[in-house]
Amino acid sequence: MSLVSLENVVKRFGSLEVLKGVSLEVDKGEIVAVIGRSGSGKSTMLRCINALEPVQAGRIMVDGIEVTAPGADHNKLRARVGMVFQSYNLFPHLNVERNVKLALKLVRRMSDAEASEVARRMVAKVGLEDKLLAYPDELSGGQQQRVAIARSLAMQPTIMLFDEITSALDPELVGEVLKVLEELAEEGMTMMLVTHEMHFARTVADRVVFMHEGRIHEEGPAEQILREPGTAELRNFLSAVLH
Amino acid sequence: MIREFALADFGYLLLATRWTILLALTAMLGGGFLGLVVAICRVLPIRPLNWLTVGYINLIQGTPLLGQLFVFFFGLPLFGLSVDAWTAAALAMSIYASAFFGEIWRGSLQSVPLRQWEAGASLGLTYRQRLAYVIIPQAVRISIPPTVGFIVQLVKNTSLAALIGFIELTRASQIMAAATFAPLQVYLAAAGIYFVICFGLSHVSQLLERRLHVAR
Ligand SMILES: Nc1ncnc2c1ncn2[C@@H]1O[C@H](COP(=O)(O)OP(=O)(O)O)[C@@H](O)[C@H]1O
Ligand SMILES: [Mg+2]
Repeated sequence: MSLVSLENVVKRFGSLEVLKGVSLEVDKGEIVAVIGRSGSGKSTMLRCINALEPVQAGRIMVDGIEVTAPGADHNKLRARVGMVFQSYNLFPHLNVERNVKLALKLVRRMSDAEASEVARRMVAKVGLEDKLLAYPDELSGGQQQRVAIARSLAMQPTIMLFDEITSALDPELVGEVLKVLEELAEEGMTMMLVTHEMHFARTVADRVVFMHEGRIHEEGPAEQILREPGTAELRNFLSAVLH
Repeated sequence: MIREFALADFGYLLLATRWTILLALTAMLGGGFLGLVVAICRVLPIRPLNWLTVGYINLIQGTPLLGQLFVFFFGLPLFGLSVDAWTAAALAMSIYASAFFGEIWRGSLQSVPLRQWEAGASLGLTYRQRLAYVIIPQAVRISIPPTVGFIVQLVKNTSLAALIGFIELTRASQIMAAATFAPLQVYLAAAGIYFVICFGLSHVSQLLERRLHVAR
């Protein structure tokens, strides 16, 4: 059974239809790269999956929870779905350790000692154990994104959603963040990631989903679809981003 | 009796400063409490309440504090409520402060970026937890400089209470200037006292800001 399933999801902002009937299944352990032009609905799709945006029609299931059911417990859902955004959004008033501990204590109900232990382990995992007491404004963009990943991982999510997490970074900082993602991939984490890093998508993702004007226009095994795009739109898109 | 401005007279000014500080403190606390109510009434999703609050804010911010002091001091007795200068000043300045605090705090709450709400939400925090642990702590930090800035204004504005006969630092200086015929020294001394209070406040604000990792 798939971990995430979208059935004919329709999302509108006022009269603007942003998702025009999107259907997608993601299996446990699968890594799906979502690509497409700016404005094609990639972020919106991810945001619907963890209920940051309500949908107007269709059905979304995540790990057995029907996200789109009336009265669904969204907080419970989000505690199991990790999400990292393009804009850095660590809590600026808390140091790295407390950024990670906050939800462990409030949502997972861990004791302070337990939460500290988990925080230390997770921050070490992204290679920042020496920054445990630093504040976000004392970190580079790349380091902030790694902490944001650690903060999400600490909740032991069943799936991680990444929305262009390297797009706002200086080029020399992209590598360190992608490296963390690669390690996650090796551990078998289920991931959906919106990315413009085509090389990364080809080497790390199992499957690539190409979104175009609010629809999944084409999808398939990463290697194949990127080498031999089936539609003119994907061909155009690829030649635009690769040159 | 005409005499020189002496150390004892400076002591008299310092004693009067108590009333300046007490009036500013009262306006701060009273205005702070009312200001919270104003901020809440301004953001609750109840339209008529929002309009009423906006009206209140515009009325208070759009009229001079001196006028408000006169309204309370001379106006309330017309309704059979006799008030002394202290009560009128404390009431008027609390209400004056509430309109400004309310707007400063509403603005601070709303200037915490939406993505901070979303970051809290995507970790599974409930609405209240997001508000209490993510949004309000940041709003408080954002509000420190404008809040302290307004308190500094408040301290200086207590001098207007001199005009309804409340004896605080400015009124005491007038009395002393008349008695000593040394207005320059007296008013310079008074200005020095105001400065020390206000400078101290600004300094505390800067320390707090540096300590508290204000959002950027
Ligand atoms: N909160 C919103 N209100 C109105 N329109 C929005 C909102 N969020 C996104 N959109 C619109 O939805 C479309 C898809 O946006 P998005 O999902 O962010 O695209 P992508 O991530 O693929 O660049 C765009 O046209 C965008 O302007
Ligand atoms: Mg996007």
